[in-house]
This record gives sequence, structure tokens and C-alpha cells, in this order.
Amino acid sequence: MATGAVALRLRALRKAYGDVVAVDGIDLDASAGECFALLGPNGAGKTTTIEICEGLLEPDSGTVELLGLNWVSDERRLRQRLGVQLQETQLADKLTVEETVRLFRSFYERGPAVADVVAMVELEEKSGGRVGQLSGGQKQRLAIACALVGDPDLLFLDEPTTGLDPQGRRQVWQLIEQFKRDGRTIILTTHYMDEAERLSDHVAIMDHGRIIALGTPRELIASIGVDHVVEFAAEGAALDPAALEGLQGVRRARAENGGFQLQVTELHLAVPALLDELDGRGIALTELRTHSATLEDVFVMLTGRHLRED
Amino acid sequence: MKIDTGRRSLIDRPLAQLTLVRFREFRREPEAVFWVFVFPILLAAGLGIAFRNRPAEVLKIGAETVPLAGELRTEKSLAVEVMSRTAGERGLRTGRLVLLALAGAAGGAVYRYDDTNPDGRTARLLAERAILRAAGVRAPAPESDSLVREPGSRYIDFLIPGLLGLNLMGSGMWGMGFAIVDARRRHLLKRLVASPMSRAEYLLSFLLSRLVLLFVEVAVLLGFGVAVFGTPLRGSLWELAALCVLSAFCFSALGLLSASRVRTIEAASGLMNFIMLPMWIFSGVFFSSERFPAAVQPFIQALPLTAVANALRANMIEGAGLAQVWGELAIISAWLAVSFFVALKLFRWR
Repeated sequence: MATGAVALRLRALRKAYGDVVAVDGIDLDASAGECFALLGPNGAGKTTTIEICEGLLEPDSGTVELLGLNWVSDERRLRQRLGVQLQETQLADKLTVEETVRLFRSFYERGPAVADVVAMVELEEKSGGRVGQLSGGQKQRLAIACALVGDPDLLFLDEPTTGLDPQGRRQVWQLIEQFKRDGRTIILTTHYMDEAERLSDHVAIMDHGRIIALGTPRELIASIGVDHVVEFAAEGAALDPAALEGLQGVRRARAENGGFQLQVTELHLAVPALLDELDGRGIALTELRTHSATLEDVFVMLTGRHLRED
Repeated sequence: MKIDTGRRSLIDRPLAQLTLVRFREFRREPEAVFWVFVFPILLAAGLGIAFRNRPAEVLKIGAETVPLAGELRTEKSLAVEVMSRTAGERGLRTGRLVLLALAGAAGGAVYRYDDTNPDGRTARLLAERAILRAAGVRAPAPESDSLVREPGSRYIDFLIPGLLGLNLMGSGMWGMGFAIVDARRRHLLKRLVASPMSRAEYLLSFLLSRLVLLFVEVAVLLGFGVAVFGTPLRGSLWELAALCVLSAFCFSALGLLSASRVRTIEAASGLMNFIMLPMWIFSGVFFSSERFPAAVQPFIQALPLTAVANALRANMIEGAGLAQVWGELAIISAWLAVSFFVALKLFRWR
């Protein structure tokens, strides 16, 4: 497929479960060859959206077009061209890695050899081992291997690193980066902002079944008009965040979790100004952190909440 | 990376792979192997030994006086012990004795025994015969015994076809139900339908693996029956095989029906036990279903296991042909068809 062609197109997609509207009118285009992330907190409607795309759920209204095909008339052809990893699937514990991949490979008309897929996800050493004996990260790589056996044109990964330890996450990321280099189209859901930022070309931020922001990670971060975030905690006299908004280089200030958060355009001006201000009020600083603005800050800015409420 | 697009060997076709997975999962589940292959043999062996036709047992009775004991001892089937009335009463209560003979008025005897216990009634008749014999009474015409002990009329011959039916029910229902509910619980069913797998081939793989396992489990149980107890196989073996296949599919369809919606193993176990328990009790596996009251007979005869057990017995013991069990075949086929179609209607892949 030519780069630039639309691999996935959603129009006015809607799905409700009883009174709960899970997906509330979504429009979205993902181009061939890109990695497109749906970022949002749990319950934002990401999984419902991706399962509608995968043909596992029927939308109440709206249209889904994948690779120029649709679920109503082209289901058989589409299934052959998609790779799917679902969020909660536990593969059969009693089978070996090789047997599991071979089973999934048998469903596809074309695709790489079983041993090649196992090697691609770096499970060669576990090839003859039972699935039940694998670590979380290895199980997830096996799930991804099962999504790759048909040499898919479009790959859906639903929360591929949720529940993994840092090493497991990094290995999955490297795998996804490899697919990107191979020119595959990837649709990814995640509630980790670093994952979306690192892997995706375009991000749709979802909340309550809607897309509340859409763009490249860089565009989204730039859209909030702050480059840095300063977080601090202090003790001494009470402090009104509004008093800090007048400081040089500070765009916005708010109290949070017993500390304060400043959204800042010019870090080199804002930090000295803050220190002077606190000093002048006789307030002692107990913690001070700064970081470049992230997609998390975009989400906080748009919703007033964090991606992960924990 | 090299992409294969050519034709694949038979073993790499989906149906072959799905069926292989069924075998692998079964073989790697030691409990399943035990319940399907070992348990029925243990049950047959245990019941066969417990109810084997032994030489008539010697019954233990008590006698209050020595002369009475002397008269009773002329009967070889009675083991007579002289004891006090109190000791005898205790023996009766604890089941050590089946009858206590007390000295009665005018040199007669009073028999204390439980007339609902067949052994007690037998002892009563034997005691009376002994006393008559001691008094010199003889039968008016010559009498002699001709004992029935040939295969085909023993309890074990009744039991083996019933156990075979029970086993077909258990492995059909659990084999189908458990694997499907487990796959649904793991969201594996959902993952499979997200691939190009054919749903029909998925279900077909269960039937294929059932057929192969069925052959093994029937051969093991019948082989055991024939080798150890000399169980008769009087009907056509082909027809017996056909009966087993039809029954296995019938119970697989019931298993599919029980597994069509539930999401947890606990719910599936409960549902399957609920379906199977009445058949364990009423379907005449361990004793004839005709012992139940006439009012419930229509219900009992309509149960699939009753039909299966009756048809298997007709084939194995009476050597009946399929035409003679058409009623049972109709009941089994109806259960198969109805369960299968309702299951497909209700089935949830997610």
C-alpha cells in the first residue's frame, strides 16, 4: 500500500452499553505506514473503539473503513490482513510457544515461517516451553507474535505493555519500533503517555468516549503553550496558587496533592522568580522538580485530571 | 523476512492444528486422563468385585439354648453361636447377627430378625428348614438345584454397558464444556474469532478429537470388561460402535449447550452437574431404572442416558440389532439435534 493512503478511517462512530456511552462520535484517519496511538485513561473508550475497528463489536452507528475495505462486505479478506493483540487474552497454558504460534499461523493463507516469528519476538529459547511458564513480558511478546503470523498490513495492539515491568515494556517497545521500520501500520491504545510519545506518529487523546485532542506528540505538547512544568512542595505560611501566576515566565499555577504545579514558558526565568517569591514570604522549599511538558500535561490541561488515577 | 504463500501440508491446515491442540490439552491434563480412562475401570472393578456372584454366604445367627443350636447346625448355610438373649439382641443391633433364635413355648422357637433385610428373611427360612429336617420331615418329592452363573445374567454384565454410557456422558460433556468455557474465560475465544479461523472448524475439531478419544475410552473399558469379567458382546460390533458415536455426539451437543453462555468454570460445573445428576440417579446405570415408580417412568425413559444405557445393553447382552432399539435411537438423535441447534443459537464467542 502506498504511504499516505488511509489505512483506517472512522466516521461518527458511536457505541453505547445501555445508558453508558462508551464511544461518543469519533472521527479518525490513520495513514498507511504510521503508528497511531489512542491515549486516554481507563474507561475512556479506547478498547471499545479498537474492538469495533477489529470487527469484534458492532457500532451503534458510524462507519469503519480499513485498508479500503469494511466489515460488512469484506470480513474474510480483512481478517487475513489484520494482526490483532487483545488486552485480556490469556493463551492456553498447556501448549508450548511453538505450538501456539503454529496454531495461529495455520489460520492465515500467507505469512512468515513459525520459527521466524518466534525469533522475531526473541522467544527462540522458550520455543518448546509451556506458555504457562512464561513471564508476563514473554507472554505479551507471544501474543504479539500471534498477531504477526499473517504478515499483517494493519496491526492492532490494545494496551500492549499494561502490567509489564520496565524491562518487559522496553522489549515490547523495541519490537514495535522494529515494525515501524518495516513500514507496517500500527494502531495502538495506551494509558502511558511516555509510550504514546515514544512510539506514535499521531496521537488521539480520548476521554469519556470522545477525542479531545489530535495531532503529532510534538504538536499536542506545543498546543498547550508551555515548554516546562515545575512541581514543588513547601512548608511555612499558606500559599495561594493565584499569587504565583504573576511570576515571570509562569503561565498557570495550581495546587495539587499537597504541592504546587506551575506551567512555565521560560524555565530560566521562572525558577529564580519562584525562589525569590518563596524566600520573600518566608516559605521553605521541601521539593522541587522540573520536566519538559509531556502528553500527560496536555491531558491534565484539557481535563484537569491525570491519565492514571493512582 | 521470508513470506510463505504456497500450499501448506495437511498438518498445517487449521482443522488439523485445532484438533491437535485438543489432544495436547487433554494429554497434558492428568486429571482429565484419570477421569476418562482410569476412573471407569476402577468403578467397574470395585462394583464387579463387590457384587460378584459368590458361593452362597454363610449367615451368622444366634441361638439361646444348646439344643436349639444343635438343631439349627444341621443347616450348613447357617453359622450358629450359642449366646444369652442380651448378647444376641446386641448382635442383631450391630448387624453381626441376622437372626436370633429364642426358646419358645412348648419346645418351639421364636425368631427375632428384621424382615426388611433379605439376609434376615433367608436365615428365617433356613432355620425353619433345619428344624423340620431335625424333626425328620422330608420334601414330598425329590428336589435338586441348577445354578445360573453364566455371563450375560450377572450384575457385572448389567453394569458394564451402563458404565460405558455414563463414561460417554461424562467425557462428552466435560470434554466439550470445560475447554470451551475455559477458552471463553481466558478471552481466547474472542482472540480466535479475531483471526481468520473458521468457527465451524473450531467446533468440528472438538468432534474429531472426541471421535479419537472415544475409540480409546470405549476400547479400554470394554477390553477390561471382556478380559476380567468375560462381559458378553453379543451384538454387532459395528452397530455397537455406531451407538457409541451417536451417544458421544449427543452428550457433546449437551456439553456445548451447557457451555454456550457461561463465563466461569464454577458456573459451568454447576450447570453440568445439574444436567448430569438426574441421569446418574435415574437412568439405570447401577440398577434397573424400572425400580422407580410408574409415574416418573416417562421422564426417566426420555433422559438421553437411559436411552443410551438401554440401547447398549440391548446390543451387548441381548445381541439386539439397531432396528430393535429404534425408540432409543430416536430419543438420542432428538437430544442431539435439539441441543446442537439451541447451543448454536445461544453460543457466545466473546
